[in-house]
Amino acid sequence: MKWLAQFGKFWYDFLIGDDWRLAVGVVITISGVFFVAHHGINAWWLLPLAVALLLVISVTHEVRRRVR
Amino acid sequence: MHSVLLVAAAFLASAVEMVEALTIVLAVGVTRGWRSAGWGVALAVGGLVVIVAGLGPALANLPIDSLRLVVGTVLLVFGLQWLRKAVLRAGGLKALHDEEAIYEAEVALLQADGERRVHDWYAFTVAFKGVFLEGLEVAFIVVTFGGTQRNVGLAAIGAVAALVVVLVAGVIVHAPLTRVPENTLKFGVGIMLTSFGIFWSAEGAGVAWPGADASLLGVIAFVVVLSFGLVALVRRSVDVPEMTTS
Repeated sequence: MKWLAQFGKFWYDFLIGDDWRLAVGVVITISGVFFVAHHGINAWWLLPLAVALLLVISVTHEVRRRVR
Repeated sequence: MHSVLLVAAAFLASAVEMVEALTIVLAVGVTRGWRSAGWGVALAVGGLVVIVAGLGPALANLPIDSLRLVVGTVLLVFGLQWLRKAVLRAGGLKALHDEEAIYEAEVALLQADGERRVHDWYAFTVAFKGVFLEGLEVAFIVVTFGGTQRNVGLAAIGAVAALVVVLVAGVIVHAPLTRVPENTLKFGVGIMLTSFGIFWSAEGAGVAWPGADASLLGVIAFVVVLSFGLVALVRRSVDVPEMTTS
């Protein structure tokens, strides 16, 4: 059981890391891109834009947290 | 163009993990002896070969769009957290990853653990763990990068080249690889992982990129500009008097 928890923690740290909101934001955005692409809209710009926003929010959040 | 970028990305990402593994193995070997550490390394490498051999062929049978969607999403999640850390480090908000300090700490810990035995389980376990975990990350990089392009061999070439370069560097310096600018490497890797992740996951989700494969260069340029912009933003914030940089 302990081994299983450590294994899970390794993959969580490896993939998700310090800010889980980045992962959640990416999954939601890609689901949105998938949805609109399958309704005939080629929104190629959506994912780069969302990634930029997510990264800016995550980094500025960390900056504010450290300043406090 | 795509092939060159694939090899370069696999090379850079693998090199970072290998530098970390080599630092641990050197620390164990120097302080506790090379025999048990060598067994740990050998067993870890054997386990990794089995994992890659099992995962590689399985990927070839999956539909390419689904593969790109899943792998691209995972790469993007993984790459973004890597890039976030690299931006915070480059901006001075997070301590730089210092291989020399890690090496010294590892040596002190190992020496404090006591006298050597005929078969040193401690050296074996630490070497095994270091190589297996870092190697698992390299295997993940090779299988995902290579699998998405239906060319695991090409990604493996990048990883093997990284292994050769890191081993040669390790033999030459025979000390923690402080001369390898790991933080710069990590910054580059974060940019590559994020860019490939954006490109593949969007393609897998059904997007047609303007300019097809050539747009990958545009995505990389976009991520580079974004990253440097964020570093500048963080550096400005670090000037705040009560800021901590650890």
